[in-house]
Amino acid sequence: MSTNRVVDPATQTVSPEKVYPGAVDPHHPAAALPKGFEAQADEIITHYPVSKRSASLPLLHLWQETFGYISPEGIEWISHKLGLQPINILELVTFYPMFRQHPAGKIQIRVCRTLSCALGGGYELCEHFREKCQVGEPDTHGLAISPDGKYSVEFVECLAACGTAPVIMINDDFYEDVTHQRANELLLKYK
Amino acid sequence: MPIAEKRLIFANIDKPGYTIDIDCYLKVGGYKDLKKALTMKGPDIVKEVKTSGLRGRGGAGFSTGMKWGFIDPTKNTKPVYLICNADESEPGTFKDKQIIYKDPHQLLEGMAIACYANNVHLAYIYIRGEFTLGAKILEKAIEEAKAKNYLGKGIAGTAYDLEIYIHRGAGAYICGEETGLIESLEGKRAYPRIKPPYFPAVLGLYMSPTIVNNVETLCNIKHIVAMGGAEYAKIGKPNNTGTRLLCVSGDVEKPGYYEFEVGALTIGELLNDVCGGIKGGRKLKALIPGGSSAKVLKAGERYKIKSKKPDGSMEEKEIGLMDIPLDFDTLAAAGSMAGSGGIIVMDETRDMVECLANIATFYAHESCGQCTPCREGSLWMKKITSRLANGKGHPDDIGLLKNVADNIAGKTICAFGEACAWPVQSFVTKFKDEFENHALATKPKSTTTNKLAPV
Ligand SMILES: Cc1cc2nc3c(=O)[nH]c(=O)nc-3n(C[C@H](O)[C@H](O)[C@H](O)COP(=O)(O)O)c2cc1C
Ligand code: SF4
Ligand code: FES
Repeated sequence: MSTNRVVDPATQTVSPEKVYPGAVDPHHPAAALPKGFEAQADEIITHYPVSKRSASLPLLHLWQETFGYISPEGIEWISHKLGLQPINILELVTFYPMFRQHPAGKIQIRVCRTLSCALGGGYELCEHFREKCQVGEPDTHGLAISPDGKYSVEFVECLAACGTAPVIMINDDFYEDVTHQRANELLLKYK
Repeated sequence: MPIAEKRLIFANIDKPGYTIDIDCYLKVGGYKDLKKALTMKGPDIVKEVKTSGLRGRGGAGFSTGMKWGFIDPTKNTKPVYLICNADESEPGTFKDKQIIYKDPHQLLEGMAIACYANNVHLAYIYIRGEFTLGAKILEKAIEEAKAKNYLGKGIAGTAYDLEIYIHRGAGAYICGEETGLIESLEGKRAYPRIKPPYFPAVLGLYMSPTIVNNVETLCNIKHIVAMGGAEYAKIGKPNNTGTRLLCVSGDVEKPGYYEFEVGALTIGELLNDVCGGIKGGRKLKALIPGGSSAKVLKAGERYKIKSKKPDGSMEEKEIGLMDIPLDFDTLAAAGSMAGSGGIIVMDETRDMVECLANIATFYAHESCGQCTPCREGSLWMKKITSRLANGKGHPDDIGLLKNVADNIAGKTICAFGEACAWPVQSFVTKFKDEFENHALATKPKSTTTNKLAPV
């Protein structure tokens, strides 16, 4: 089983800095965050005048978009910000499939697994990506990462584009009717 | 003669030159219906929606007017909220995405009218997490609408205020279930709530009365206000009014999204005239008519359909699969449902055991885990169907599978229980021979070209 951490290709060691690129001291959170991060979080919270807790999911998205995954520091920071217990945030990270506790590849490939896409060759396409990106066996969450941390490939469920199967996402972008040749072209595009 | 589409919701979608900008929307008469609605009284709009006969497009087909009628703003001391369900994650369904990505203002206008009618001042669009771009498009559309005073404070010169915010999900199908959605919007795990007492209309978002409507449903509101409820009710058939967005996927020559009057065409016309027939000139084996939760229909099946004649008396007719008109009532009478409008087609080469294993894998992944029959049952159904598909089944597996499925529906908190049991019950009953072949053979003869099920 492959590790789902970022491995330094030169030394083959797992670098702690890379594992938690967003590392911040939960007691002085604002200090280590990128400029504008906290202001953005505050703005998001205004969308929920009745209950700050509603901002949990959007703040998790913000954190993951900024740092790539949800670190323990992220859980601390968000729960602190919303006046919640860390467990209130952690239980969301473990429930919602989109949130990760470890970094995925720099280029994230998600292939739809569900029926219409499978009828259109989704399983074969996923296999093709796995081979092309040399990601090895998936971990217990179904995520397979290449040893250099560049690519990750995973199956996801129906992406609401079933009429143009098979469907994939690369990072945030949707691609439909993806043949193996198109897959190769896309991989060049995301070099 | 192929039946022509009737594009009401999709009127401008994919038209050359039509963009998502508000100026483009205003050029085609956008926000005119909101202005008209603002001259009416809220309860009168609710009355028009009741007259229109509109039924929800999210899956259950519940009367929208009746849903709104449960909320009486005059008797309420708590604020009323409205949530647009843009979670679109029922396998086979891809209609709401077209609206969000290509005509966002139509949704905002429909939503604003629905909010005004029900005295709502704070509303959310719950959009599935993967629609990152869709969320951005909607956010920009909201900004544009606010700049032109169609949203925000004192809309179009009236005293009516409305804020709409976008809320992104994070990849969980159960967020489409309306009470799961509400929990998720409150910042929790999307655990559906038990009904009673937690009907959204009574104890919804923040324990206040809440309306949850699908994207397509809300777009229809705009057209109901434009033409009046009575005129709208003339589209389609009695009790099955309006148009329906149909999403066709799987083994047809021309899959895609289409809009037709409800019940205007039959399954045969849809497959052959609209979608160009089954792929590669092959024959139909089965189709799922309303998203993967709907019971499968088998080629060659005949159904006894009871229906009301115009004079009120009942009549019973026997019709074949190809002659079923695509409306709520007939599909229900045929033992399935119109559901979300997602039609998945499987041709003669497909292995039904593999197809079911694929669907069962979806439900096993998506059960929220609150109820034992659903959490355990969905996993067992995946396990059993997968081992059957991989030639590692046991002769008893078919009975076991059926038994597990039969003990979920009706015993769970939410309708996911039915949604995961129905495909299993219908596939196993209707394609029993294929399941038996798999259970008895050590290695299944797969006729399928593509792999469909996990190893
Ligand atoms: C498991 C499950 C998943 C659902 N998923 C969706 C969905 O993705 N989109 C949707 O609009 N409705 C979905 N629904 C239906 C909603 O619960 C609800 O009935 C609907 O949003 C109401 O809107 P309508 O009356 O306009 O149809 C789902 C229901 C269940 C039980
Ligand atoms: S039926 Fe399934 S999805 Fe619905 S609440 Fe129970 S466990 Fe969750
Ligand atoms: S099945 Fe793949 S997008 Fe729906």
